[in-house]
Amino acid sequence: MSETMETDGYACRVVDLKKEYVLKSETVRALRGVTFDIPVGDYVAIMGPSGSGKSTLLNVLGCLDQPTSGSLWLGNDDAAKMSDDELADIRSQRIGFVFQAYNLIQQLTVVENIQVPLFYQGRPLSPEQRKRCHDLAKMVGLGDRLDHRPTQLSGGQQQRVAIARSLVNDPYFILADEPTGNLDSRTTEEILQLFERLNNEGRTIILVTHEDEVSKRAKRVVRLKDGRLQWDRINSQEVRDEAARYALENMPVEV
Amino acid sequence: MGLWLGTIQLGVKSLWLHPMRSILTVLGIFIGVASVIWLLAISKGIGDEAQRQIESLGADTIMIRTVKPPSEKLSSQGLTPYGLTREEYDMLVATIPTVRSAIPIREMRRQFQFKNRKLDGRLVGCTPEYAEVTKLELTSGHFITDAENFARDCHCVLSAKVAEKLFPYEDPVGQRIYMPENQDFYLVVGVLKPKGATAAIGGSMAAQDFSNDVYIPIRTLQQRIGDTVMTMRSGSREGEIIELNQITLRCRDVTDVKKTAELVGAALDSHSKMEDIAVVVPLELLEQARTTRAMFMLFMGMIAAISLLVGGIGIMNIMLATVTERTREIGIRRALGAKRRDIIRQFLVETSVLSLTGGITGILFGLLCGPAVTMARTLANTWFEKQMMDLPEVVRTVQPSIVPESIPGAFFISLVVGLVFGIYPATRAAKMNPIEALRHE
Ligand SMILES: Nc1ncnc2c1ncn2[C@@H]1O[C@H](COP(=O)(O)OP(=O)(O)OP(=O)(O)O)[C@@H](O)[C@H]1O
Ligand SMILES: [Mg+2]
Repeated sequence: MSETMETDGYACRVVDLKKEYVLKSETVRALRGVTFDIPVGDYVAIMGPSGSGKSTLLNVLGCLDQPTSGSLWLGNDDAAKMSDDELADIRSQRIGFVFQAYNLIQQLTVVENIQVPLFYQGRPLSPEQRKRCHDLAKMVGLGDRLDHRPTQLSGGQQQRVAIARSLVNDPYFILADEPTGNLDSRTTEEILQLFERLNNEGRTIILVTHEDEVSKRAKRVVRLKDGRLQWDRINSQEVRDEAARYALENMPVEV
Repeated sequence: MGLWLGTIQLGVKSLWLHPMRSILTVLGIFIGVASVIWLLAISKGIGDEAQRQIESLGADTIMIRTVKPPSEKLSSQGLTPYGLTREEYDMLVATIPTVRSAIPIREMRRQFQFKNRKLDGRLVGCTPEYAEVTKLELTSGHFITDAENFARDCHCVLSAKVAEKLFPYEDPVGQRIYMPENQDFYLVVGVLKPKGATAAIGGSMAAQDFSNDVYIPIRTLQQRIGDTVMTMRSGSREGEIIELNQITLRCRDVTDVKKTAELVGAALDSHSKMEDIAVVVPLELLEQARTTRAMFMLFMGMIAAISLLVGGIGIMNIMLATVTERTREIGIRRALGAKRRDIIRQFLVETSVLSLTGGITGILFGLLCGPAVTMARTLANTWFEKQMMDLPEVVRTVQPSIVPESIPGAFFISLVVGLVFGIYPATRAAKMNPIEALRHE
């Protein structure tokens, strides 16, 4: 295929991506050929009914899973053709993950959790990197809780630690699979504002969501259906502002 | 290096999440390692003591003992002479060229008296060389001399205990002790230092303890008491006619011992019918003792190894549980960039921390073996004095001696146990599919 794909200005490019799960009785075709580009600085919401392949796509984008065929260009590398170890390197150096279930490591403190991806880059932490971890914790508003354990934090706080962790390796893009799925509307708003701020600072964000209110806040919505791209739209600035205002107005009153 | 340090820190943190569980696992290895060191040290202590007792007989000596023949070999009326004779002694000295010196010995039970103090002990008639061969040392005076033996002087040398019992206040040297059975006085010319027991020889199964001995020149004994000894025992008279109880031969060199023993056996072949002598070769005993010790240590080592194995299985059990429990964590780490080998390393480090903690504390406890045994014995002696006396001699006196190789050995084994029993859980953790691991629970 196009070994000389133009990748400048793109966080990633997905070309005819297919993913099949071969089971005993049948073959599940979770992705049936998906093609789209994500320019640097984009903010994409992936939507679609349950079982349409959203998580599968996100796992492939996050180099956690390998596609059956197709290409995934990250910079000048095609991640679809990489070995397990190379994919691990990509994950620790170029990708930031945010999960629905926060997925912090219980025995580590806030700062230590933020450091984990650096730990797997195979070098001892430099003083600058340590400082960066502290700065990130401050940035997500947890500067005074550096030594707390995940169990001592609320869900929203844990998710903010997870976001700080996803930024620590200065990734090409942040992948978030239903990051607000476990949160109430107030905390959801906190997280969405944080994403918006990051996006304004130039971060590329890809998130999977079921909620229209969340997807309207993104710059672009990609909808999957039965493993295929159903449509791919840009949210106008009015739609996004309207959604933000609506969210603030309908915020439950604090008790 | 920093990476390993980080991994170790992390391992300790993870283990500390379940302190009780980790401590119990460590305990398994701790017990295994400590028992390796203890069991080896104690068996070596026992073996060393046996060896020391045999060595104190002298590796270059051969002992020929008179033993009481089976009763059917003795005539029913009167006393039958048996055992070694002076003639045979002269013959051995004259005909066996590898013999450097030979000591004739006659022993009997006697009562010793001084003033109103009495003591039952053993009277030993011997020659001056006896002191050297049996490694007797003097605190005062001198041992029997050739001149005294030749002149048949009524002189005697006391063992430390006899001196202490008969002369609690006086200096024994220069005093006379009395032997009521033959109504003789003997001038004390020397006192011995206390001496540890030697290995059992000849007819007496118990170790020879020398503690109640009195030594006189053999020619004196021969003249004053003679060969026939009658004793009153519970009303009836018993007697024996023996010329010599023992001949101790000293070879010119340790390498001559085997050949000399054969020659002695051949020369004294006439006794085989009566079965009234026994030949004891300490060198052979020594070799036997060495083999026994090696077997014993091997056996003890195996027991200890089994307990280490059990400890190792404990580690594996815990690690497998941990891997299942931490499936989610493994998924997270993989998603954040951990390679399979990073996961393997993490779990191996954890098992190694467990097994090495057990190993090191086990070694430290193992090193305490000597003092601990001494202390336990002191306590037992004060609290259970009676019961202690019933225990066998070895149990009461054994002094564990740590086998130096067992320290690095135990360390190495505990490391290997950690790695061997950690590798399976670790690879299982690493093989997990990260996506499924993330979905776990
Ligand atoms: N490991 C797997 N083995 C077999 N089939 C799988 C596997 N993972 C996903 N699938 C199938 O692939 C399809 C897409 O699943 P996916 O998890 O991507 O859906 P989704 O869009 O994320 O759904 P939801 O909104 O419910 O999370 C489904 O039909 C699912 O059953
Ligand atoms: Mg999903």
